[in-house]
Amino acid sequence: MNISPDQTILLDLGIVKINATLVFTWLTIALLAGLARWATRRLSTTGGLSPWQNLLEVLVEGVQRQIRDIARQDPGSFLSFIATLFIFIATANLLAVVPGYQPPTGSLSTTTALALCVFVAAPLYGIRRLGLRVYLKNYLKPTPLMLPLNIVGELARTLALSVRLYGNVMSGAVLGAILLTVTPLFFPVLLQALGLLTGLVQAYIFAVLATVFLAAGVAAQNRDNGGTPVPTAPVSKSTAARPTVAGGDTPHD
Amino acid sequence: MDAKLIIGLVSIITAGFTISIGAIGPALAEGRVVVQALAAIAQQPDEAATLSRILFVGIAMIESIAIYCLVVSMILIFANPFWNHFVAMTAR
Repeated sequence: MNISPDQTILLDLGIVKINATLVFTWLTIALLAGLARWATRRLSTTGGLSPWQNLLEVLVEGVQRQIRDIARQDPGSFLSFIATLFIFIATANLLAVVPGYQPPTGSLSTTTALALCVFVAAPLYGIRRLGLRVYLKNYLKPTPLMLPLNIVGELARTLALSVRLYGNVMSGAVLGAILLTVTPLFFPVLLQALGLLTGLVQAYIFAVLATVFLAAGVAAQNRDNGGTPVPTAPVSKSTAARPTVAGGDTPHD
Repeated sequence: MDAKLIIGLVSIITAGFTISIGAIGPALAEGRVVVQALAAIAQQPDEAATLSRILFVGIAMIESIAIYCLVVSMILIFANPFWNHFVAMTAR
């Protein structure tokens, strides 16, 4: 049995092997890009919003509000990165119910690539906002003795980020396949429905953790003398229902 | 017993132990997290959105320990490197 779409080779070109992960990643990217292009064809600022523009605005504003709440700073530069991660992972996980589609997030290569993006982006944002010296000094806090621990922590959270997403998506797919042989028809359907929920929650968690890591690199020395003060946006205290968190106690094993 | 049999036996038993022992700690921890979060939400219903977000992130962190065990046991069962090695060796 395959536990990763990496092992399904669709096209063998000698040195380059096109496996299922690549193909389905490209499909997802093409789908998202096409949808975004198609939905933003006719944007209007006066009445008569198209449903697609409405959907995209809700999505962008939701991500903006979440980032502002979590990071306690202006979402400006984070928005595109975090929203890209969230939308890609959520689409890949949700499309897993389509027969024949193997979610690219169920491959350790994809999730490692996504986690490496976060791993690289955190210092980049930090250095851009604070400068190299101030950012590097951050690793020597609270004492220089903590330097190895800080570095190991940075690596470990990248590993955790990738394995968490991979484990959740892969276990859903493998359990579905196992249940299909043991109790066909009914239980696999239930499990797929649960997989929709799990997939969305995992995409949300990945985006939240990425936000936390980026924000930690940028805002750690707000109250310090060395760092430039980061403008903090007023945090909206509205208790409006957040679509992704509203459930509260949703299980996601 | 030949090597293949021993490897298969040990792999499956170890996979079972890995996931069963590895799930105990995260299960207890997640129970505690949810209890505390519910108590906090009951005290401060206005902060429910913030609390549930932190709850989600915390549970995801704890959950990943169980997920590591799951991944290890899945690898032991479905993609065991020793098993593949010995099958390749006996085929030769």
